[in-house]
Amino acid sequence: MDKFKVRIVTPERVFYEGEADMVEMNTTEGQIGCYPGHIPLTVIVKPGVLNIHENGEIKTAALHSGFAEILPDSFNILAETVEWKDEIDEERAKAAMERAKKRLESKTDIDDLERSRAETALQRAITRIDALK
Amino acid sequence: MASMRDIKRRRTSIQGTQQITKAMKLVSTVKLQRARSNAEKSHNYFDTMYRTVCSILARVGESDHRYLKGNNSGRKAIVVITSNRGLAGGYNSNVVKLITSDPRFSKDDLDIYTIGNKGYEAFHRHGYNIVRNLPDIIEAPTYTDAMGLTNILLKSYEEGEIGEIYMAYTFFKNTVTHVPTLTKLLPISSVDEDSDGEPDKIDAMMNFEPGDEEALDWIIPKYISGQIHGALIEALASENGARMQAMDNATSNAEDMINDLTLKYNRARQGSITQELTEIIAGSQALND
Repeated sequence: MDKFKVRIVTPERVFYEGEADMVEMNTTEGQIGCYPGHIPLTVIVKPGVLNIHENGEIKTAALHSGFAEILPDSFNILAETVEWKDEIDEERAKAAMERAKKRLESKTDIDDLERSRAETALQRAITRIDALK
Repeated sequence: MASMRDIKRRRTSIQGTQQITKAMKLVSTVKLQRARSNAEKSHNYFDTMYRTVCSILARVGESDHRYLKGNNSGRKAIVVITSNRGLAGGYNSNVVKLITSDPRFSKDDLDIYTIGNKGYEAFHRHGYNIVRNLPDIIEAPTYTDAMGLTNILLKSYEEGEIGEIYMAYTFFKNTVTHVPTLTKLLPISSVDEDSDGEPDKIDAMMNFEPGDEEALDWIIPKYISGQIHGALIEALASENGARMQAMDNATSNAEDMINDLTLKYNRARQGSITQELTEIIAGSQALND
């Protein structure tokens, strides 16, 4: 089967570079799975699990934000935050989720900024936990 | 002619200074290497981002989008990236000069955001309107810092307080060449002057999900964060490069001065020996007579 070049870059480093058979990710328009030969498309990342299928092996990462540029022979993701499954600390993610939930529930003294921060933190924690499953 | 003791004291003091400049040079060499490898790593992200934004802009063409069109405010914001510490040659003053000597900018309609204390001090002295100074960022630039600053800038742009956003920093061309650069962040001019037409082939067929306008809304803030982050990293590399050069010059100047003083010292010593001898000989001759 055909393969395409997959490249994931973050502002700090090149996160992943290789040949893959298929890439699955979450976008603002919904979940997509993308094979080589796709029409040119740019999509915006929605926090979610990223799966890279490479020679029957699946590499999993938690992708938090960024966008992806899909071309027939390549797949570029510009990620602001992304981390491999084995870089995630499950305990920490769970604790962060609890903390964020609690902050959102105590509605009395929370301003917009704090709320959006807590929501982002919660979203991150959920994505991390999803990636570990 | 200075006495032997004076020359000796002067030489010791210069030797002390030389040791300091030598150590500073070594430190900035190491920092430069780290900063340079960071700059290389972030280049990838920056290039891809730039290409994507160009391709979107090429597709959108003439648009009324708020980030492309600009607003009616006459005020301009400038992000100035300098260092917190001096002893880096002309590094800081070159960036500052870029703005103070530009006829497009007048003191009264500028909002200055400084990153780095040296820039803050210089603009403060010149009496510019400084909205914010963020000296901590330049110590270890992260993408999150760049994003925070972008949010502040975009907010005042959207509220109509400022109409244009510029950024002044030092581009790190290589270890010896650092170019003070002024770039315009917003509004983005729709057709880029230096696009060579090559990438447009793919761009023409690129699709965007969601639509072009939404994609702009979303991507342009990221693009600006990316630009600021890139500039911070370049500036850090340039700062250390400039400091390394300055300290290298200082060290070799000190070396020259030490050599010169050593020569003078030896001459003075020889002179005093000769004088003593002459005195003794003259004395003994006076006794014989």
